[in-house]
Amino acid sequence: MAGNVWVVLQQREGKLHRGSREAIAAGQKLAAALGTGVEAVLLGSGLSDLAAEAAGFELAALHVADAPALADYTPGAYVGALAPAIRSAAPSFVVFPHTYQTVDYFARLAQETSSGLLPEILDFESGADGLVFRRPILGNKMHARVRTKGSGTVLVSVQSGAFSADDARPGSAPVSPLALSGTVAADRQILEIQAAGADQIDLTKSDVIVAVGRGVGGADKLGPIEELARALGAELAASRPVIDSGWLPRDRQIGSSGQTVAPKLYLALGISGAIQHVVGMKGSSTIVAVNKDPNAPVFGLAHYGVVADLHEFVPALTAAVKAAKA
Amino acid sequence: MKIGVCIKQVPDTEARLRVGKDGRWIAEDDLPFVINESDEYALEEGLRIAEATCGEVVAISLGPERVKEALRKALALGASRAIHLSDAAFEGGDALATGRALAAALAREGFDLVLTGSQSDDVGYGGTGSVIAGHLGWPHAWLVMGVEIEAGGTAKVVREMESGLNEVFRVQLPAVLEIQAGLNHPRYASLKGIMAAKKKPLDTLSAADLGLAPSEVGAAGSRLEVLSVDFPATGGGAQRIEGSPAVAAQLLVEKLQKEARVL
Ligand SMILES: Cc1cc2nc3c(=O)[nH]c(=O)nc-3n(C[C@H](O)[C@H](O)[C@H](O)COP(=O)(O)OP(=O)(O)OC[C@H]3O[C@@H](n4cnc5c(N)ncnc54)[C@H](O)[C@@H]3O)c2cc1C
Ligand SMILES: Nc1ncnc2c1ncn2[C@@H]1O[C@H](COP(=O)(O)O)[C@@H](O)[C@H]1O
Repeated sequence: MAGNVWVVLQQREGKLHRGSREAIAAGQKLAAALGTGVEAVLLGSGLSDLAAEAAGFELAALHVADAPALADYTPGAYVGALAPAIRSAAPSFVVFPHTYQTVDYFARLAQETSSGLLPEILDFESGADGLVFRRPILGNKMHARVRTKGSGTVLVSVQSGAFSADDARPGSAPVSPLALSGTVAADRQILEIQAAGADQIDLTKSDVIVAVGRGVGGADKLGPIEELARALGAELAASRPVIDSGWLPRDRQIGSSGQTVAPKLYLALGISGAIQHVVGMKGSSTIVAVNKDPNAPVFGLAHYGVVADLHEFVPALTAAVKAAKA
Repeated sequence: MKIGVCIKQVPDTEARLRVGKDGRWIAEDDLPFVINESDEYALEEGLRIAEATCGEVVAISLGPERVKEALRKALALGASRAIHLSDAAFEGGDALATGRALAAALAREGFDLVLTGSQSDDVGYGGTGSVIAGHLGWPHAWLVMGVEIEAGGTAKVVREMESGLNEVFRVQLPAVLEIQAGLNHPRYASLKGIMAAKKKPLDTLSAADLGLAPSEVGAAGSRLEVLSVDFPATGGGAQRIEGSPAVAAQLLVEKLQKEARVL
């Protein structure tokens, strides 16, 4: 029989990361497909309140690793705490939220425990091919259907939003300490956390955002876009490659590493719709996508889609907006 | 410092993608390939550190014959040597299998620092660098947005966190740093660089050369098996606005005013 499914919860400063609930939902669904139970693990220091909250789900057990060495997240300490536990309990799957913290250490944990590694699943189904997982490839332009092979534990992360936190079934889990048998030691010396500067523009306050992607083609091509933004009374924003190339300043980046906005109107011009961008704007009331590729994933999320060369379409749109407002 | 930089060759993001004949991967025959985006930044960072420390960069890539082109580009940009992990047995590996092979090659070199990209633009496991670090027994960091080499064998590292926060910490060297796009501005190759690259060594290593069994690497050594690839349905979402730019723009503005009521 397959080992239980484990879920590693993420927390920071006494709060569960919202991806943790999504990971519990995924873990419960996976366990149901395998006919096994679900157990969760919480790591940190001074966790008693949070442990009480985390125990409020339908879990066979909540294991709490509460140690001063786990006060700050470091890969060394987290791998040191989890590796011996995974080796001895041999869960079938260990589910993580696909966060920057998880990705920082879970491949190392897989290597250390001779586990498989299945990053960023969107969904899975159980059928003739066994358990088949779906994950994005090529910047979300395509999906791969993947299954695991060989024996032993597999570490799997779930993409943000792929499973609904509301589906995590509540319950009352027995809480036990996670035995720390190996060396739990930091492998980096944390110096500081840098927050965004006060001089940064706050894009969350604007009702209309005109966002440009790599498809704009260069800083010298931004003139007509700025004119459209002025006509709409909009702020200018961008996807990451535009910022990385230095075409616009970093404080205009939308996405998982940038700002999260939900304006009334979001115009995505020459943006393909990669998940790291989408998480920062999917809450917008109305999304318009302009892209020359009819298969661009952004059209799956947009309310209105225009398949066009943005350099031809934008001046026409500016003229139409000006005419409508006149 | 002697710095190893792992570069992967991936399909150009602008390329028109098609499902391949066996349905298990994309058709590669007529695709343009480029150096993975974050790896370009890793290479640039490696070159800058090498220049500042009178060191050298060795570029390493695992893949079919075509990856020699990516390695030649790295040599043209300033790497002093290149290593091609070339073996049919290496193909189709997951992060664990590819990381194992790369680590075996890196371990022979005595590097002071290894740089990788943070994520490959095709399979996007985001894990190969960490797996390499595990095999080498070195510390690592993923999503690195700043590297400052310090006296005394440490580096000050800036790591991106979610929502625009950064974490700053110190690690002991040697380490594997998995570079995020955007931390520098990669240079362009000069004609002189391209000419010089032709004379620089490009070595080839097989699984046997690295003392690895074919069963440990590539598809055979992986825990993942890709059954098929497809295009996610995008049709359901957007209402398409058709017509010439002027007509479509007019129609869109009307819809935004009357239907969505956002103008
Ligand atoms: C850890 C991590 C964090 C990240 N964080 C972020 C983040 O915070 N924000 C973010 O945006 N990205 C982020 N990314 C990058 C993300 O994965 C994508 O690479 C990025 O969002 C793609 O940007 P893009 O859509 O502008 O470019 P591309 O994916 O290259 O798309 C360009 C689009 O423009 C279209 N196009 C080209 N020319 C024209 C034209 N003339 N007219 C109309 N359309 C045209 C193309 O068809 C294509 O769809 C992150 C990645 C990682 C790994
Ligand atoms: N075949 C390869 N050859 C060289 N480097 C690779 C290869 N595969 C992955 N890498 C490195 O590992 C990083 C992360 O890749 P991945 O784990 O596939 O997302 C890449 O940015 C590269 O630097």
